[in-house]
Amino acid sequence: MTVANPAELEQGLQPQGWLKYFSFSLDHKVIGIQYLVCGFLFYFIGGALAGVIRTELASPLSDFVSRDTYNEVLTLHGTIMIFLWIVPVVNGAFGNYLIPFYVGARDMAFPRLNAVAFWLIPPAGILLISSYFLAGAASQSGWTAYPPLSLTTPAAGQIVWILSVLLLGGSSIFGGINFIATVLKLRRPGLKMMQLPMFCWAMLGTSILVVLSTPVLAGTLILLSFDIIAHTGFFNPALGGNVVVYQHLFWFYSHPAVYIMVLPAFGLVSEILPVHARKPLFGYTTMVYSIMAIVVLGLIVWAHHMFTSGTPPWMRLFFTIATSFIAVPTGIKFFNWLATLWGGKIALNSAVLFSCAFIFNFVFGGITGVALAQVPFDIHVHDTYFVVAHFHYIVYGGSVFVIFASLYHWYPKFTGRLLNEDLGRAHFLLTFIGFNLCFAPQHWLGLNGMPRRVAEYDPAFTTWNQVSSVGALLMAISTLPLVINVVLTALAGPVAGDNPWRALTPEWLTTSPPPVENWAGEAPLVTEPYGYGEHPGAMDLSGLSGRDLWSTGKS
Amino acid sequence: MAIPSALITLLIGIALTLAGLWVGHNVRLLPIDASANAPVYDALFEVLFTIGTILFLGIVGLLVYSLVRFRRRSGDSGDGLAIEGNLPLEIVWTAIPAVVVLFVGIYSYDIYERMGGMASFHDHGAHDHAAMAAMVQEASVASAASTDPDGQERIWGGIGQSASGAAVLPVEVTAMQFAFIFHYPDSGITAGELHVPLGQSVQLRMEAKDVIHAFWVPQFRLKQDVIPGQPTLLTFTPTRAGTYPIVCAELCGPYHGGMRSSVVVHEPDGFDAWLQSNRPAQVAQAPAAPFS
Ligand code: HEM
Ligand SMILES: [Cu+2]
Ligand SMILES: [Cu+2]
Repeated sequence: MTVANPAELEQGLQPQGWLKYFSFSLDHKVIGIQYLVCGFLFYFIGGALAGVIRTELASPLSDFVSRDTYNEVLTLHGTIMIFLWIVPVVNGAFGNYLIPFYVGARDMAFPRLNAVAFWLIPPAGILLISSYFLAGAASQSGWTAYPPLSLTTPAAGQIVWILSVLLLGGSSIFGGINFIATVLKLRRPGLKMMQLPMFCWAMLGTSILVVLSTPVLAGTLILLSFDIIAHTGFFNPALGGNVVVYQHLFWFYSHPAVYIMVLPAFGLVSEILPVHARKPLFGYTTMVYSIMAIVVLGLIVWAHHMFTSGTPPWMRLFFTIATSFIAVPTGIKFFNWLATLWGGKIALNSAVLFSCAFIFNFVFGGITGVALAQVPFDIHVHDTYFVVAHFHYIVYGGSVFVIFASLYHWYPKFTGRLLNEDLGRAHFLLTFIGFNLCFAPQHWLGLNGMPRRVAEYDPAFTTWNQVSSVGALLMAISTLPLVINVVLTALAGPVAGDNPWRALTPEWLTTSPPPVENWAGEAPLVTEPYGYGEHPGAMDLSGLSGRDLWSTGKS
Repeated sequence: MAIPSALITLLIGIALTLAGLWVGHNVRLLPIDASANAPVYDALFEVLFTIGTILFLGIVGLLVYSLVRFRRRSGDSGDGLAIEGNLPLEIVWTAIPAVVVLFVGIYSYDIYERMGGMASFHDHGAHDHAAMAAMVQEASVASAASTDPDGQERIWGGIGQSASGAAVLPVEVTAMQFAFIFHYPDSGITAGELHVPLGQSVQLRMEAKDVIHAFWVPQFRLKQDVIPGQPTLLTFTPTRAGTYPIVCAELCGPYHGGMRSSVVVHEPDGFDAWLQSNRPAQVAQAPAAPFS
């Protein structure tokens, strides 16, 4: 297979220096950084919207923004955070930057498609946000856009929302195809699948989900737009349509979407922990199988979002059991990470702190998730702040914490400079405390009667809402040390050297930042990406019992 | 003298279990229970809370312990131990969640059964079905509901203990932006608040006029989406007198947060009095729907 040669194409045509980040660059590393920076910009916008929500909810009355605006804000917040921040950053940014390194390639399989996929994102994001100013009103029906509400709220805003989500979905599909092709077809000769760093498996699994489920969302939204523009009746009960069908189709994509947001994060953590614990990744093979099990199970659990929608009893039962069983492969991964830490020499730097906080938060969110999977439990808390708390523990406490961990880990690779550790730990502490203060009380609020997506609530809930808002304020403040750190380090940070962490994965076996085609000479063949440890090479484990390993660790 | 690690593990396990049981039993996170459904729910909640606490404390304990015990000392640039895996261990931690999840699944199935969730609509019995259909015709509610091939209106069963016998109080609920309207076909009363007698089964026949709403009474631990085009039944038996909030739980538009009402659970005498004082002059003629 031949790879397009970005260097040749870029000569003369492409701007160099910092301007290349604003160009149609074909270099996977430039595209990765483009995704990352673009994602962070949208994160700040989405965060500002979250600030509006938490300010409104600091008092039980609807007194900060108008009710229509409030619904626009919460719709934009959800859509931006999912489609313009987490999905593009965990997939597009880190996937594009790292996957070619990991498979020993000089670029992605389809560099032009890659650039197209990225350049769909800024216009789609601007389109979405501009609907608030231009179309008269942005979408008001939540990121789920359930009909008939989405058919009756202002049409222009809803159509713009559909258009931009279609563009973003298209971008995501292009990216997914590219990752699958790169991992399967562009591996350096001699590199076997089971020797790939775990992030490759995570991206392979994620991309399979993207390619299988995103087209369903696209089709659904196109039908929804017909209902709005052409007054067809697919989802309009007044015209014989069925709104529950929409929910099935929507969640057929959107449950896998939650794994699209978190599987790459699993992969990134699997790269970060072994390096800083100076130990091999524990249980490589079971990690691979559990990713694939999550992919398969993730496709058959969608109706757990619809337990109160009049679904038949057998369906509720089936989806309860399927959903609960996702906890098994997920649990395997967490125990493997803990075993990776056990007996290591763990550097307690910002990357590790954020990774371990991810474990803390995700375990919490996973436990509430298994509870939510139980129909009788869910009946009470569905569509309440309990669910809001659950998925923020997963999506923020999981994916976003991992994005931060990855930033501290790979920033020296991106720029050649090391981020400041003191600022990093301040960032960590503020984020961790703010996050838990913001979302832990929401479990109680949901259990006791506060529904989600409301601008006003029973005054009995005021105190805990105010605590939650204070947590949100801390989270907002926590971005200051991050931004200061990133900017100051880029200008005048200490030089990192090529491999400050003494890591073994291939992206570190080149300069920092790496040259256009990744390695000056031939791509290195890394068959043991996790070959850390005092006795390198294979150890004979067959003669040992588990307890021996735990207590002494060596034969 | 070194204490065997197996003993330590055992002791930690016992301590964790006791902690979990204590937390599950003593930390109250739920509002008071006011329906026959609620204690069943609360039992499930306690089990889930207990298991969740044990797992969470155990995993976080292991995490924090590892970070402290195995932190890198300054000046040490060596590696950890080259342990790449351990099959028996992996089997154990595949089995533990599998067993927990299986147990939780079976238990919650049992709870679900006791809440009446498995009594699908078609098992409600021909009697109920006919009765409801009759009720529908009496009330002559115009609806865009889908119909079965045999021309009968299709009604969807929500969760709730199945009503049995004649002691069921039927109430028709109409959800619309941004209110619930309650209509009592037996007495012709139409009200904005739900009034029910203590200890008697109430069967709600719910319909939405415009968009999806959800009927939720936190103290009853019951929620059901009210979906346009899908008339839905929901049954419950109130067990504690008092006034409880009815909350709309599905985003339905700008005033969604204000779409709240109350359910008043009366002592039986009080309910009769309420019926008397609210009965419209002409009982025979059911009022037209209060909106078009
Ligand atoms: C241990 C595995 C998990 C289980 C068993 C689980 C279960 C559930 C259930 C049953 C719901 C529906 C609650 C309701 O609406 O009533 C839910 C909602 C949600 N979950 Fe999870 N979950 C798990 C992991 C995740 C992960 C990994 C993510 C994302 C990365 C995630 C994100 C979400 C989101 C975004 C929602 C709410 C969607 C919405 O209604 O807007 N969950 N989860
Ligand atoms: Cu889901
Ligand atoms: Cu509502």
